Amino acid sequence: MLAAKQIALRSARLPLTSFAANRKKHTLPDLPYDYNALEPVISAEIMQLHHSKHHATYVNNLNLAEEKLGDAVAKNDVSTVIGLHGALKFNGGGHLNHSIFWQNLCPGGSGDPSGELAELITRDFGSFQAMKDKLSASTVAVQGSGWGWLGYNKGSGKLQIATCANQDPLEATTGLVPLFGIDVWEHAYYLQYKNVRPDYVKAIFEIANWNDVA
Amino acid sequence: MLAARSFVQQAGVRMALPLSSYRSKHTLPDLPYDYNALEPVISAEIMQLHHSKHHATYVTNLNVAEEKLQEAVAKNDVSSVIGLHGALKFNGGGHLNHSIFWQNLCPGGSGEPDGALMTAINRDFGSFSNMKDKLSASTVAVQGSGWGWLGYNKAADKLQIAACANQDPLEATTGLVPLFGIDVWEHAYYLQYKNVRPDYVKAIFQVANWNDVAARYSAAGGK
Repeated sequence: MLAAKQIALRSARLPLTSFAANRKKHTLPDLPYDYNALEPVISAEIMQLHHSKHHATYVNNLNLAEEKLGDAVAKNDVSTVIGLHGALKFNGGGHLNHSIFWQNLCPGGSGDPSGELAELITRDFGSFQAMKDKLSASTVAVQGSGWGWLGYNKGSGKLQIATCANQDPLEATTGLVPLFGIDVWEHAYYLQYKNVRPDYVKAIFEIANWNDVA
Repeated sequence: MLAARSFVQQAGVRMALPLSSYRSKHTLPDLPYDYNALEPVISAEIMQLHHSKHHATYVTNLNVAEEKLQEAVAKNDVSSVIGLHGALKFNGGGHLNHSIFWQNLCPGGSGEPDGALMTAINRDFGSFSNMKDKLSASTVAVQGSGWGWLGYNKAADKLQIAACANQDPLEATTGLVPLFGIDVWEHAYYLQYKNVRPDYVKAIFQVANWNDVAARYSAAGGK
């Protein structure tokens, strides 16, 4: 830590003081509902594994990667800093994406979107149904592991559909602000839906929390 | 098909793809064993879904993509030919990879490798156990969906470990000849092993068919 501060004073290029010294670890956020609360759309077994194993692992590995990052920055080891990108993107993205996901869903869903969000959806897609159709098609078409997203393009002021591979986080990858995400890694649905990803994607709208999206 | 031929004749264009009218569709290969034959390492439920749904879908979609490819080539639509790359790689790779996978495994496994293959393993990894450790580590570390591979580098005459994302086929992607592959798409193990991919990767060596691996090595020129 002291070495980090010395380097910071000498080079003054990277702000290292808050970085190494007082950085708190990331923690697994609690679900805002019980593991069985999203049934029958997503089973309790899936929710428990998804939250307490998969998301928890991203959190742990993100903390590990960030610790290594702190060390590498302190040692001015640029090569290692760059080499950590994969672990940071994968685990950091996993933590970001799942943190949004748990909030995007709620027991029984919230009903249809309303207010300004509903107006934007109608403006940019023609109708709520048209938006769901587009989002579903893109999400189902993801090759391998990834996420389908409804995102917000701040530059153009438009809602947009996008997909990302693996745990690539939407904003860092595309610039879009993530509003509503659908996890289509097989662990998100396989125990219940097996290979029939389209059924899962169709069903997930029944538990969408448009208040969170708004 | 006939239109394609006359177009080629008229345009005098040399087509790289043989536009024979008699191209056979790809078909789902039968498993060399029953769905339950790899238990307890891989459950019957997984094998049935994996073969009759996942692999079957790759075969179906590969045929669809190749049909569109023929049409695009016939129309000289270079943009569409290029645009089909993703579907061809994904579904073609899926078909290639799984066709190898079913042969790479056998009920109860085949014991340890021997002969020329074992000699090469010892030469290139130090020991069979070292090779398994390296292959396991690389395979477990795949981010998202993909495959771990023991491959053969023909130019260097060496065995090598590699990993590919999604259904990217080993040889087209890396030049290595695929010898033994471990599918770590979650559909390959999740129903049984849940999130514990390392347990699945460790167990799969119990059903590895090193005779098939040796045959591939030999066919690729390995001695």
